[in-house]
Amino acid sequence: MLGFLIQRLLQAALVMLAMSALVFLGVYAIGNPIDVLISPDATQDIRAATIRAYGLDRPLWEQYGVFLGRLLRGDLGRSFVFNIPVLELVLDRLPATLELALASVLIGAFVGVPLGIYAGYRPDGALSRGIMAASVLGFSVPTFWVGLILILTFAVNLGWLPAGNRGETVRVLGAGWSFLTWDGLQHLALPALNLSLFKLAMMIRLARAGTREVMLSDTVKFARAAGLSEWTILRRHVLRLIAIPLVTVFGLEFGSTLAFAVVTETIFSWPGVGKLIIESITALDRPVMVGYLVLVAFLFVTINLVVDLAYAALDPRLRRRARA
Amino acid sequence: MTAPLLDVRDLRTEFHTRAGVLRAVNGVSFTLARGEILGLVGESGSGKSVTGFSLLGLVDPPGRIAGGSISFEGQELVGLPPARLRELRGKRIAMIFQDPAATLNPVLTVGAQMALAVQAHGGGGDRAARDLAARSLARVGIPDAVTRLDAYPHEFSGGMRQRVAIAIALLHQPDLIVADEPTTALDVSIQAQILAEMKALARENGTALVWISHDLATVSSLADRVLVMYAGRIVESGPVAQVLRAPLHPYTRGLLDSLPAMGRPGEMLAQIPGSTPSLLSLPPGCPFAPRCPRADAACAQDPPVVGTEGRMALCHHPLT
Ligand SMILES: Nc1ncnc2c1ncn2[C@@H]1O[C@H](COP(=O)(O)OP(=O)(O)O)[C@@H](O)[C@H]1O
Ligand SMILES: [Mg+2]
Repeated sequence: MLGFLIQRLLQAALVMLAMSALVFLGVYAIGNPIDVLISPDATQDIRAATIRAYGLDRPLWEQYGVFLGRLLRGDLGRSFVFNIPVLELVLDRLPATLELALASVLIGAFVGVPLGIYAGYRPDGALSRGIMAASVLGFSVPTFWVGLILILTFAVNLGWLPAGNRGETVRVLGAGWSFLTWDGLQHLALPALNLSLFKLAMMIRLARAGTREVMLSDTVKFARAAGLSEWTILRRHVLRLIAIPLVTVFGLEFGSTLAFAVVTETIFSWPGVGKLIIESITALDRPVMVGYLVLVAFLFVTINLVVDLAYAALDPRLRRRARA
Repeated sequence: MTAPLLDVRDLRTEFHTRAGVLRAVNGVSFTLARGEILGLVGESGSGKSVTGFSLLGLVDPPGRIAGGSISFEGQELVGLPPARLRELRGKRIAMIFQDPAATLNPVLTVGAQMALAVQAHGGGGDRAARDLAARSLARVGIPDAVTRLDAYPHEFSGGMRQRVAIAIALLHQPDLIVADEPTTALDVSIQAQILAEMKALARENGTALVWISHDLATVSSLADRVLVMYAGRIVESGPVAQVLRAPLHPYTRGLLDSLPAMGRPGEMLAQIPGSTPSLLSLPPGCPFAPRCPRADAACAQDPPVVGTEGRMALCHHPLT
């Protein structure tokens, strides 16, 4: 297990190195940040001094080296626009996105998996057909449109839930969290629901397909022959047997929602990193773009690592292979 | 004569498929005494497994028991509510399957799976379930039973895995075990071991066995009586020694001739020509007629029962 962990950590480090280079090069190719940093009517001297101050006159590889050195010390540079450390800026916005993404994947999993198992257990039932039809909608209707409909219905017409912002937050671990207050929770509800619809549909389909397959297996026949109740079979055998693809999708969806909750954050004025990256691209705020992308890559790699570890916990056969 | 443990009368199990009604079990009758070992043989597709599942009330949709009666200790099982059937399964009637690698859950420890089977019938707390599981494992010859409870199925060999499945079937000391080709997936040497152990365990506990196999040789070394099944019907039945020595049905003769040990050395094994007919569209008359060396015009009519309940065949032209 330890060898497996070390191997995975090394892989993760390599992926991070490659990602940092790609991100740095990619962003370097976009526009000229000097145009943003100083007013067009500044003198040549001021211009040259600024370029030097930001190290923009150095060769590309040297700039990358400096960037990488700082990165290893946890320094992502300073925002050109806000003139505060990028890390601080992103970490300030990250909790909002983190709780939004987590809430939406949790809704997807805790609602979607039971519905999917039911639909797989009774594939021909009327309720199952209803669930599957709804999941097709979840896949095909655009997120932004559903977001607008949700706002129109629950915020404008019914007036039950707020339409935007995070509401009241509580500071825990140095960051503000909405889900800990009733007001914040109400603000979280609509955007989380909006983001969860796609995940819900995905979880339903995966859980249904897995359940259908497992229900026909000899494992279930044998469990029935031993007199286990259907409920015990679903809870103890089927859920465990279909867990691996579900965990994979949970991880991937969590990662991609963290990185790309942009549309929902914009519609619901949710002050997360999605809005931050859009703003920094418009303003050509290069350090924020690079820092954000590196952080997102870091989160992805971390989530993947956790998912891999979860596999080993869920499937004893993998554990042995890893040990060998 | 005491009442039999199991009395099956005219059992009919059908699958309603898109292509029509498939009569997998078509009027099967037999009895089984307490502690008796009954072999059920026939080529693949003849309806042996469906017969076994019918006994446990475990026929998957679109299949259902369409008629007949299964009387277990005088209690009628056909039409019994699912909850009552579940109480019997595992407790009074157990079943084991062909491939232990597929029947055991790969992601649960053997102990956890056994505990579920214990607790499906009360069975007290985790501690008591574990004790019972360990004792059952030890009984089927698994060394180090207590520590092996924490192992996963893939950590056992094929033969050991089937022993685990047998231990699960034996947990509640059932009166009847339906064994559906439990040694087919195993090496020949291990097959013989498991057969001998199964026979000893059944004798020891007074457990009756329905031993399903496509191989007459396996059944002959184990069973007291044998049923030969073809196209959903019992075409011959009787004490093993009699059926082997003097088969009545040409189909049984064919099965015997295709056994390596029974043929004369150096001679080609005589396979039965043709293959099992589709059960979807069985024409009237004897279903074996198209493959039968003795068939004639009479075989277009449904075959008569020859002999008595204890030693019968379903044939127009029985041998001897
Ligand atoms: N779930 C099912 N759906 C449709 N037909 C089935 C099903 N299970 C079994 N059958 C049919 O029932 C017949 C008997 O099958 P089975 O009892 O498995 O044969 P055996 O065990 O003797 O090899 C076969 O023709 C098979 O195709
Ligand atoms: Mg079979």
